[in-house]
Amino acid sequence: MTDSIESGAVTDGQGRNLPPLQLHVPEPPARPGESADFTHFDIPAADAAPRPDEATHPSQMRDFAYGLVRVLDEDGHAVGAWDPKLPADTLLRMLRYMALTRAFDGRMFRAQRQGKTSFYMKSTGEEAVSIGAALALSRDDMCFPSYRQQGILIARDWSIVDMMNQIYSNKGDRMKGRQLPIMYSAREAGFFSISGNLTTQYPQAVGWAMASAAKGDTRIAATWCGEGSTAEGDFHSACTFASVYRAPVIMNVVNNQWAISSFSGFAGAEATTFAARAIGYGIAGLRVDGNDVLAVYAATRWAADRARANGGPTLIEHFTYRVEGHSTSDDPTAYRSAEESSQWPLGDPIARLKQHCINLGIWDEERHAAMDQQLAEMVRDAAREAEKNGILGHGLHHPMESMFQDVFEDMPWHLQEQQQQMLDEWKAAGL
Amino acid sequence: MRMETVAAGGQDEPVQMNMIQAINSALDVMMGRDPDVVVMGEDVGYFGGVFRATAGLQQKYGKNRVFDTPITECGIIGVAVGMGAYGLRPVPEIQFADYIYPALDQLVSEAARLRYRSAGEFIAPMTVRSPFGGGIFGGQTHSQSPEGIFTHVSGVKTVIPSTPYDAKGLLIAAIEDNDPTIFFEPKRIYNGPFDGHYDTPAKSWAGHADAQVPQGYYRIDLGKARIARPGAALTILCYGTMVHVVENTVAKLGIDAEIVDLRSLVPLDIDAIEASVKKTGRCLIVHEATRTSGFGAELSALVQERCFYHLEAPIERVTGFDTPYPHSLEWAYFPGPVRIREAINKIMKD
Repeated sequence: MTDSIESGAVTDGQGRNLPPLQLHVPEPPARPGESADFTHFDIPAADAAPRPDEATHPSQMRDFAYGLVRVLDEDGHAVGAWDPKLPADTLLRMLRYMALTRAFDGRMFRAQRQGKTSFYMKSTGEEAVSIGAALALSRDDMCFPSYRQQGILIARDWSIVDMMNQIYSNKGDRMKGRQLPIMYSAREAGFFSISGNLTTQYPQAVGWAMASAAKGDTRIAATWCGEGSTAEGDFHSACTFASVYRAPVIMNVVNNQWAISSFSGFAGAEATTFAARAIGYGIAGLRVDGNDVLAVYAATRWAADRARANGGPTLIEHFTYRVEGHSTSDDPTAYRSAEESSQWPLGDPIARLKQHCINLGIWDEERHAAMDQQLAEMVRDAAREAEKNGILGHGLHHPMESMFQDVFEDMPWHLQEQQQQMLDEWKAAGL
Repeated sequence: MRMETVAAGGQDEPVQMNMIQAINSALDVMMGRDPDVVVMGEDVGYFGGVFRATAGLQQKYGKNRVFDTPITECGIIGVAVGMGAYGLRPVPEIQFADYIYPALDQLVSEAARLRYRSAGEFIAPMTVRSPFGGGIFGGQTHSQSPEGIFTHVSGVKTVIPSTPYDAKGLLIAAIEDNDPTIFFEPKRIYNGPFDGHYDTPAKSWAGHADAQVPQGYYRIDLGKARIARPGAALTILCYGTMVHVVENTVAKLGIDAEIVDLRSLVPLDIDAIEASVKKTGRCLIVHEATRTSGFGAELSALVQERCFYHLEAPIERVTGFDTPYPHSLEWAYFPGPVRIREAINKIMKD
């Protein structure tokens, strides 16, 4: 058969293919009950990747789309050209923000299980992606996140009570209970309203960045999507716009291997990397160890400096692992090997930074345990505070008529009529 | 440059404009007044648009404010949402309404919902201009009237002018509006009013009273209908190209119809509709868009709900058929004078 392909004769001369055509439907390496298998991952040494100048032309950056930017090695030492050499207090802030994100996730996941809200999504194992980026950006840079970057708000010191109010859809929710839990919006924190539709925020971030550039501003934009939703047309529209106008934007692809139950192969991972999507668009692409917060910080800082110098966009693939289910609505043991998270070869981002800080002599197990204890109490107290404003379905929501507000700036007659009709009907029913 | 124009003629002195020139003038006026207004779309920059609606704007306001885009309607509207979030007031052009579908998710799930979902933290103050409607032998991909898709979406306004004067005033109001607005331009009447007879020589806007357009700023508030012809025998609700087709048909029939040009579908001028139908007791609805779930169905329901005891005959609809827009049979598809006349006769018989 190979002979006929090599000679160019792929048909039998009568228009029929030889051999019969085959459809390739990807299958992950391991399903429930099978052993996790990550042997196909090629993980280079932590100090293997050189650090190019921020002004490097995208055509000279091809290898970075296939390599892996790393800083922390297997023993927790910061090595190589990408080491951002952060001061001790910054390292400890990173550690605290990641631990707070995990504590927050744990508390809110339990709140959903206790029936206090409808839905939650944890970011367990992916904390470094948000925290590393948030610390590398300026506070006034605009973030267009997806639904698993709660760490950005936490790293920008946003009120966790405010976040919980949103999750509970209660009367303290600034979004008036209109959005599914975790779809935050915090303009003051440079955090764009999260959409439930996937990757729509990508072209929006590019548009924001184009506006900033057109106005001669200094602020840049950053956006996040999952590897699965790089398949959306919006992703490719955004990459085209970003490339064409050299927009000051950082486009992050959080490759956590799973899109609900679909492994990354259904977004094209069997054929190439997600960072390599950048190559066709003439955009700088970096592939980063997403469980190494120092690598995420260093790559984001590189991309931010490049954008601020009018060097244009960067696409960063964060290679990481979604330790928990997609959300409270799915059971990952139904579609993937239960061993995967414990055998993930790039470890846990919090444990890795903790080890690094211990190695530096600025941290120890006792202080870490005390911090975890303090953060658990902090989120418990915050949850109690938020619950004073109500939990989902217990009446302490915004008034019914608020449903009709903010559809338009001014309420047109047809909404006024519908609002009045609703109130009249409830009154007539004695409610 | 603008100051010289003002000094020479005075901004309020009306001049003869076709609908393209009126739209161009609205964009010019708004770009001059508000540095946050930006114009973007396929071919709108150096070339000035395939219908010339943006001619001269890039030269006058620079490439940072008037620029060509890649051919991705999803990207154009998505970028406009982001620009709006930044604080700009984008006026993207979708080259033909038939091309707007790739942008639907960004329009329906993003632009239209942003104010609501963020409780006003972020808004999408964009005006999407797009030529729509048939009558130019554009085939099924250059002729559609998709306004009913947008009137069904909460959070977006839909505006359709029928004269150069209205086009300018409504476009200025749409650009100033802080909500996303779809501004459909009836391309069959860009260059002149259309009486519905494709086989007679095309007319220009020259000499038409509504083609006298002030050069400066003025606005027509969204949600206000225009009585294109006052009358007592029946009410005809229409918009865009069909206003002129209806006017001509009514004149030929010599019937005293009241023609209501809606101008804005959302928000809708329900008071004008109600007052007219209660006065005449008869109602005909005319639009070029397909019939089933078209905006005429909503109008019919509203009139029935509000004017039932005033009606002396069933409400009639003359619309495009529920088929794609056929190229060679365009004039059989187009709801022209023959079908309008038949419907009027039917309504008046009862």
